[in-house]
Amino acid sequence: MTEYVTVKPRRGAWPMRYLFRFIAVAYLFMLVAWPVSLVAKNTFADGWSSMRKALADPLVTSSLRLTVYVAVVAVILNLVFGVGISLILVRRRFPGRRVLSALIDLPLAVSPVVVGLALVLTYNRRDGWLGTTLEDHGFQVLFANPGIIMATVFVSLPLMIREVAPVLEEIGTDQEQAARSLGANSRQTFLRITLPSIKWAVVYGGVLSLARALGEFGAVKIVAGNVAGRTQTAPLIVEQRYQDFQQNTAYATSFILAFVAVACIVVVSIIRPKGNL
Amino acid sequence: MSIQVRGVNKRFGDFVALDNVSVNIPSGSLTALLGPSGGGKSTLLRIIAGLEFADTGVVEIEGLDATNLPPQKRNVGFVFQHYAAFKHMSVARNVAFGLEIRKRPKAEVRARVDELLALVHLSQFAGRLPSQLSGGQRQRMALARALAVEPTVLLLDEPFGALDAKVRKELRDWLRRLHDEVHVTTVLVTHDQDEALEVADEIVVINEGRIEQIGTPDQLYDEPANDFVMSFLGPVTRLGGELVRPHDLDLSTSDPGGAQLGTITRVSRVGFEVRVDLEVADEPVLVTLTRTHYNGLGLEVGDAAWVRPAVGAPTVISTGREVRAEEPVSAHPS
Amino acid sequence: MTATSLARSRRAPRTGALTLGSGLGLGVGMIWFSLIVLIPLSAVVVKAQSGGWDGYWHTITNPQTWAAIKLTVVQSLLVTLVNIVMGTLIAWVLVRDHFFGKRAVEVVIDIPFALPTIVAGLVLLALYGPRSPIGVNIANTQKAVFLALAFVTVPFVVRTVQPVLEQLDEEVEEAAMSLGASKFTTFRRIVLPSLAPAIGAGAALSFARAISEYGSLVLLSGNLAMRTEVTSVRILTYVENGNTAAAAVVASTLLLISLIVIVLVDVIQRRIARRD
Repeated sequence: MTEYVTVKPRRGAWPMRYLFRFIAVAYLFMLVAWPVSLVAKNTFADGWSSMRKALADPLVTSSLRLTVYVAVVAVILNLVFGVGISLILVRRRFPGRRVLSALIDLPLAVSPVVVGLALVLTYNRRDGWLGTTLEDHGFQVLFANPGIIMATVFVSLPLMIREVAPVLEEIGTDQEQAARSLGANSRQTFLRITLPSIKWAVVYGGVLSLARALGEFGAVKIVAGNVAGRTQTAPLIVEQRYQDFQQNTAYATSFILAFVAVACIVVVSIIRPKGNL
Repeated sequence: MSIQVRGVNKRFGDFVALDNVSVNIPSGSLTALLGPSGGGKSTLLRIIAGLEFADTGVVEIEGLDATNLPPQKRNVGFVFQHYAAFKHMSVARNVAFGLEIRKRPKAEVRARVDELLALVHLSQFAGRLPSQLSGGQRQRMALARALAVEPTVLLLDEPFGALDAKVRKELRDWLRRLHDEVHVTTVLVTHDQDEALEVADEIVVINEGRIEQIGTPDQLYDEPANDFVMSFLGPVTRLGGELVRPHDLDLSTSDPGGAQLGTITRVSRVGFEVRVDLEVADEPVLVTLTRTHYNGLGLEVGDAAWVRPAVGAPTVISTGREVRAEEPVSAHPS
Repeated sequence: MTATSLARSRRAPRTGALTLGSGLGLGVGMIWFSLIVLIPLSAVVVKAQSGGWDGYWHTITNPQTWAAIKLTVVQSLLVTLVNIVMGTLIAWVLVRDHFFGKRAVEVVIDIPFALPTIVAGLVLLALYGPRSPIGVNIANTQKAVFLALAFVTVPFVVRTVQPVLEQLDEEVEEAAMSLGASKFTTFRRIVLPSLAPAIGAGAALSFARAISEYGSLVLLSGNLAMRTEVTSVRILTYVENGNTAAAAVVASTLLLISLIVIVLVDVIQRRIARRD
């Protein structure tokens, strides 16, 4: 006769549940939550004076403007090309499709410094593969906005596609075929059926791209030349101010960047049904 | 008595899944828990298995108080509707799992696995992965796996629900024959009355968390306790505030006494049956009879006819709890 | 450019084969992708070979460069091991546990992914640097490298494991328990094998990210030669000194690892999809 085990386990309870919860939360708190909150604390240690001082500095504001400009352009480019490439990848078959699909993820695994080097080698005016040709036509890529935009697009390119392509895959072609059977042409089908069905994926991809684009540091540093007032983005000015012992400005600018990044995540988390990125 | 359930209550939030349920399941029998979706039968089965725990009440298995025992300690075999196969293990490893957990010697495990695979006719698939098997084969594997550890009780939760009609029928017969051979106390949950009537020694009808009736298939069909049981187990029609089987109604051209007058609204011939829809006192009534019988009456649509239950036919007072043809699917766990 | 790349064919294609419109779109897309990604990366590879094998070895075996590579690889491996354990644990808590504030935890996990890397360095300096409120100062040490890499790789294993865990049929675990397996045995023999590919994919991505990291280390590690200098900093130094050939050599090594990781993850994810 087996012995009685008079334990009353609740549904779904498992041993060490509280221990696991504690370890997970403690790890994330010590590694992420507390340090990030300290940026806010340090920025506002003297009230709004740090922030005001930072925003009064014309180089800081111009760097912020440049960052936003580059990020917005990058997001728009990613939107157009990202949606287009997603559509072709999902809805069409062609040789090399699988290879292309895998290559698209490449920018996520490449070091930003390598990105910067790659762009410099290609687009520099002296011996760049394409740089020399472009130079002849008076088009400057490096140490100018186009280069910064390119570097930013490079690192954020996969994000839109990785959001849109799976959704396209999942919803299938049924609705589009129904639209065609009712007489819609390609453009109408795309605008009225396809686009609305992927609109949330486009939003998530756009927000993620934006966060990534705003934050790019290493690649831009190499490609832009860090010329204050002209090609210095906000992350670059954070580094410079910190190394010039103007830590308050560094923290204030960081706070702005961090705030926007966290806002992006929170927005996606709220409007997304499951909160997964 | 193999399984005794006494006074079991279970709520999920505000939803009452089981309301003071008591039932005894005899050793070696094949008992069906029958009822509509959301009625509580799966919940009861899971409570017997230890996969859920009752709020109040007692569960005894072979005389042992199992109420608070975790499933590992109850020695029950459980078969799930969607097979719950261990996807990364071969069929043989799946079946061997329970024995390996109990640290039986390798030779013994192998012999038992071979024996069981032969029993369920899956010997040639021993090395395959579950994903390479059809639904019916996966369910047979799941049965072999559950039987491998020689459980006191075998519990099956709508085991054929995910299979198509033909395979379902085949496995139904096969389960009955298996039970006749192996004689393990078996409890089967199903919402299909044909399945219960065909396979079970005894049927427990559960609806809305309560037991409606317990009995043999014949008892339930011929002596239903109430309108719900009657309508759930077979076709019913309502005449004069009573429920009666359409094939137990007599149709005649003159009043034989104790009959009601109605008008024929529709006649359809389905196979050997003729289905006659009548309107009696503004209510629809269905009568089914054989072709020969109907042709002998010489009735047509629009004619008047007399209807009454045959002598000795089971009738039940209608209280409005009868099951309608289209039942909405319940969102609550059953 | 917009209209062409987004144009669909006028006739509905039956088999999904390329049509004129989508063919053009593919061409435009490929040009775009090549200009931005493929050509520049190829330039790195080509430049790396400009000095032949001798040039390659000479650069790699430069003591400072070799030290940087060793440091990067070792720390990245350690961080990846930590992530395998912590990432799986965090994913488990997110999927199986329910408590107030779980939503906030989800947001916190994604912060390292969205935060600018330079800000990540600043953020870690705030708590673990000279002005630390808890008196812990590991700036300019190897521990700082480990910390920064742990920070930026937080989401990777969690986010690959989480969806697989969510899809896991709890009935399979119930079946194991009904057959007599304890909770721990069930986890070890039933759940973990199902999670293994996802953990592998997350670990690969985490490793790739770690060896590539730059921004968060700039302020935090001090970039001390031979001690806390990582590979990406070494590449930058070469670039700033105009030695693009050497930079390309080191960069192409990193690139090769990235490529292997991407292929590995792709293969694993196909295996996951095929299991069902």
